[in-house]
Amino acid sequence: MSASLEKGINALKEQVDSSVASFFSSCVHCGMCADACLFYTETGDPERTPINKTEPLRRIWKSEYTLFGRVGKMLGLTKKVDDKLLADWETLVYDSCTLCGRCSMVCPVGNDIALMIRKTREGMAAAGHAPEGLIGATTRAVTIGSPMGVKWPALEAQIGHVEKDTGMKVPVDVVGAEYMLLLSSMEIMNFPEFIDAVTRIFKHAGISWTISSEAFEATNSGIQIGVSDIAAELVQRIVDAAEKLKVKTVISPECGHAYMAIRWEGPNLVGKPFSFKVRHILEVLDELRKDGRLKTTGMESQKLTYHDPCQISRRGGVIDEPRHLIDMIAGNFVEMPDHGKMNWCCGAGGGVSSNERADEIRLKVFQRKKDQLDAIKPDAIISACSNCRIHLEDGLEEYGMDIPLLSLTEMLAEHLAED
Amino acid sequence: MSEIEFLSWIRGPGFQIATIVLVAGVVIRIVEILLLGRKTNLAEAKGSEMSSGLRTVVTRMIPDAGTFRRSTFTIVAGYIFHIGLFVTIFFYAPHILLLKNIIGFGWPSLPTQVVDALAMVSIIALLAVLVHRFSNKVLRFLTNFEDLLVWFVTIAPLVTGYVAFHRIGLPPSTLLGIHILSVELLMVVFPFTKLMHTFTLFMARWYGGAISGYRGVAS
Repeated sequence: MSASLEKGINALKEQVDSSVASFFSSCVHCGMCADACLFYTETGDPERTPINKTEPLRRIWKSEYTLFGRVGKMLGLTKKVDDKLLADWETLVYDSCTLCGRCSMVCPVGNDIALMIRKTREGMAAAGHAPEGLIGATTRAVTIGSPMGVKWPALEAQIGHVEKDTGMKVPVDVVGAEYMLLLSSMEIMNFPEFIDAVTRIFKHAGISWTISSEAFEATNSGIQIGVSDIAAELVQRIVDAAEKLKVKTVISPECGHAYMAIRWEGPNLVGKPFSFKVRHILEVLDELRKDGRLKTTGMESQKLTYHDPCQISRRGGVIDEPRHLIDMIAGNFVEMPDHGKMNWCCGAGGGVSSNERADEIRLKVFQRKKDQLDAIKPDAIISACSNCRIHLEDGLEEYGMDIPLLSLTEMLAEHLAED
Repeated sequence: MSEIEFLSWIRGPGFQIATIVLVAGVVIRIVEILLLGRKTNLAEAKGSEMSSGLRTVVTRMIPDAGTFRRSTFTIVAGYIFHIGLFVTIFFYAPHILLLKNIIGFGWPSLPTQVVDALAMVSIIALLAVLVHRFSNKVLRFLTNFEDLLVWFVTIAPLVTGYVAFHRIGLPPSTLLGIHILSVELLMVVFPFTKLMHTFTLFMARWYGGAISGYRGVAS
């Protein structure tokens, strides 16, 4: 056995716990997860059935953690995990899964299949079977601090523009601030309007907040590629900065997997509870709304809909908050069929957008989103994840659809009531 | 071994062996799952694991509308044969008598005609399930030897029970012997296969529901 394969197998072994064992014990091969997955419904390829993507992990569970499987292993009857299997599964596990978790909501025996695929990635990555694009992004995240190679001077320059445009101060490295805002590289480079919007809303609401020059990057390639050590290192940078600045709450920006990484996986990755809270920007804004500190004026008359980013809604629990906020400013809001926790993924989450090899398939499976949109024909789409936003724009262009994408935070900023 | 000796072996030692394999096997499978344990979640909770897990155990019986549309056959046929199996196993008067002898208490039975009709409906549903398994490309892709074995040991007691009840072909005692043998086969195969979902699905639904519920999502 090669050293890397051994590392992969050991990584898979570490992933097996009582939840995984009960999931594999319960699967009856009913195939319903296929009907819940856009990578199956839009390609018709049965290999892309979600539960099939977990095969490497299943083999390890069976041969190492069941009595009957261990007996079978001694007799040479169980199927092994080898390099060929992992190589064959690479495109299924990384290119054909966005970890959106729709399969997990449909499985009649209750299996969290997306979690099982996420765990399978740990073994794939350790054995060296991860896509080039994700390896590159992860390497840049570790060495430079951002998957897109964005360094502090780049953000500092954007902050300069925002301060000039708004005439407001963007607080940096303020010790004792209540909130510390994280940003995704995508926001820094492609949507600096987000920083602009947060600055104006927080000024309006009288919030004490800051950005850390040492840890501003919210994204975490480690959890996308499936390397817990790296994911933990990236989380630790944020923890260190938050503790240094003594903030009460860290805000995850409009980015799906960043929220999953810092809010739900973060404390488990670093092995201890955080001394601060983590909230998604929409949760913070909804709190401000409830407290009467966020006041808006005017209603949008165009027909609007909301695309639930998987890691924020179905996997993250922020489902009602955006709708409360949309109600403040939208006069004609329409839900897509299968919205909220049953929304269909845009097709580019879970590292798929960092993986050039998956470019073709992510645009193919966008057909699912197109069908959802065709059912209600909105004038514009609101979302809360820059990765969804970029891919939705990409997909809409590919399918010749002309529907603008809006950020909820930015929309709220445009509707702020004058003091 | 004469036919009479064989029949009495099936009803005596054979049944005892099958019962031991079933009970011990199921206990081992469940204990080995629970012993693996699970790390405590260190993230601040947005909902309760316990109540969300229990809720999903119940709510996952009912698919959402979109899922029902996409997987109609699997859901309908699945429901029919599961209900049929449950009723024929636990509400047929002679079965209740047998169980009463083992566990010491019984419960009211359903009219024989109802059980008989449900057994037939279940047999038809299971035949349809097999056809679907080969005609649907996802199911054909997923299907392995175990799936077919489990299908066979599930339908066999229904068919042999139906034939024995209607006394078709062979002497009644022989038919009953074959029926009991088919049940013993089911019992022995049970702990080694996906038939374990009968028990583990409650655990799986609880874990799935707890993982979601902890993050504030009702799954």
